[in-house]
Amino acid sequence: MLKRNVPLAVVFVTALLLIVAFFIPHRPFGDLESRFLNWYAIVSGFTFLLGLDSLTRHHLTRVIRRTEGWPYSLLLVLSLAGTMGLGFYSWIRFQSPFALRAPFMWLYTYMIIPLQATMFASLAFFIVSAAYRAFRVRNFAATLLLIAACLVMLGNVPLGSSIWRGIGELVHLVVPGVDVGKFAGLELFAAVKDWLMSIATAAAVRGIGIGLALGGIAMSLRIILGIERTYMS
Amino acid sequence: MMNALVACIVSAAFAAGSFSAADSPNDQGGAIRLSWSAVGDSVLISSYLVYRSDAPDSGFVPLTEEPSSSSEYTDNSVQDGRPYYYRLDAVSGTDTVRGKVVGPVKSVAQWFNTTRVNILVLTAVISGLFVFYIYRARRGAKMFVRKISGLDAIDEALGRATEMGRPIMFSFGLGYITDMVVIAALPLLRKVAMKSAEYSTRLLVPNSDPIVMTAAQETVKEAYTEMGRPDFYNADNISFLTSDQFGYAAGVDGMILREKPGAIFWLGYFYAESLIMAETGHSVGAIQLAGTTETTQLPFFVAACDYTMIGEEIYAASCYLRPEPVMLGTLKGEDFIRFWLIVLITGTVALGTLATLVSKPAPWLQSVFETVVRWATPAY
Repeated sequence: MLKRNVPLAVVFVTALLLIVAFFIPHRPFGDLESRFLNWYAIVSGFTFLLGLDSLTRHHLTRVIRRTEGWPYSLLLVLSLAGTMGLGFYSWIRFQSPFALRAPFMWLYTYMIIPLQATMFASLAFFIVSAAYRAFRVRNFAATLLLIAACLVMLGNVPLGSSIWRGIGELVHLVVPGVDVGKFAGLELFAAVKDWLMSIATAAAVRGIGIGLALGGIAMSLRIILGIERTYMS
Repeated sequence: MMNALVACIVSAAFAAGSFSAADSPNDQGGAIRLSWSAVGDSVLISSYLVYRSDAPDSGFVPLTEEPSSSSEYTDNSVQDGRPYYYRLDAVSGTDTVRGKVVGPVKSVAQWFNTTRVNILVLTAVISGLFVFYIYRARRGAKMFVRKISGLDAIDEALGRATEMGRPIMFSFGLGYITDMVVIAALPLLRKVAMKSAEYSTRLLVPNSDPIVMTAAQETVKEAYTEMGRPDFYNADNISFLTSDQFGYAAGVDGMILREKPGAIFWLGYFYAESLIMAETGHSVGAIQLAGTTETTQLPFFVAACDYTMIGEEIYAASCYLRPEPVMLGTLKGEDFIRFWLIVLITGTVALGTLATLVSKPAPWLQSVFETVVRWATPAY
């Protein structure tokens, strides 16, 4: 009973205080939100110890039990210890781990950032494989998607302008009265891309956004009123 | 010569009463707002110097130097209730022209933010409607909920993973416990955990946030206990990876390639790493179910996953899985408000179009339209 009711009361009172603070700027309400966020930042900072505990326990167990791929776990634990060691050393030697000449910063600049960039770069290949599946002409909707995607791509790259100019030259051959310069100036691919992005896509995104906002309000009310309790399981 | 010209411009501007100081509105006090008519890109004035004093004719100390394009400054270093005097000088090269003094001005803390009246009204109306529908549901009114294929597919995904003898994976992405979508995904984790206990299929939950990890561990532990399988719980399966975006993606990809899960649930907050992880899941033949509130990632999930919950469907999940009248009442209220929002948006678009068409015979229609838009657009 106490395990359920106390957290529910805390949630209700906190939510009520934050709602009041949104409309009342006077102290002590005005800075409640930032104060609560500061408390959250402090608590979450300490919870990283839990994460550290989980990570080291998981990988040390793998190393001790010699489960498949244990050398990778050993490497992870050694890297973790090495990073922490360099962090403390930089702190003592340079007064801050983030000092530009600190070894910790060197590790960050020359190892972590390139590794992050490498993972991010792999996104390009995943986009190609996902786009291939999504744009296969299977039905009417997929065909529409394919056409729209091609138009947006043509509108975004210089090649689109060149193709459009080429079409203008072809039209000029058939109808000599057509001015190639004016025809190229129409930039149809870019215009269609702009229309698709700013009208069609924006309308869909805003529709989803309105639904999300309403869903968020409904969810908040369910939590504040104690109807939704599954998060406390 | 130059000094005289600058003095002339500044004097002319100040004489017109363009320099003023007043309490900063709708704040918690401790601020006074100064505003003046900027001379703009004049080559004569390079900057303005703002001074403050407790007395009108002495003791002025410099507060700040503002560029010539600036026309306002908020002094955030004042005490409420104490009178202050301000002076604005103009700087031109090495010359400074003294401006006039304004004051006394006192800062006061306000008890209500008047710019948020519209939000208060809208919040009260929307909350009132939700409460009304909850009340109706409690009175026994029948509520219909349309089918959400993504949620219906949970059993299918779990069954397939069990048949294939592979584990199940559940990811909250980079979500924190303060994200609504993570709270909305916890009931789904509970449902998945209960099924995994029933089918004796291993459930893996890699986390990027330690608090979310703790919540996930508690959720899974309780679900297993409820299913009579507390022995099935292993904290190692609900572990912390890293809070780094691409480090997390690399870790999850590694898990997918090693463990080859039969079903993967991507329910939470995702950024650019969404496709990296979902495509890896697809490459090992997992049935994938996704749901996020991050609209920029939805197309990636639609392309890579078998089922995607779009928009508020993920928020409706807990009501769908636990279709109690009170829970469904909030869904019904949501639908009702959505209907009236569509009416409001269509009506406002029609009003705006009409105001443009008849701008000459009925110019007042434009101001009506602008008032409606201003009211319906909350300012933070």
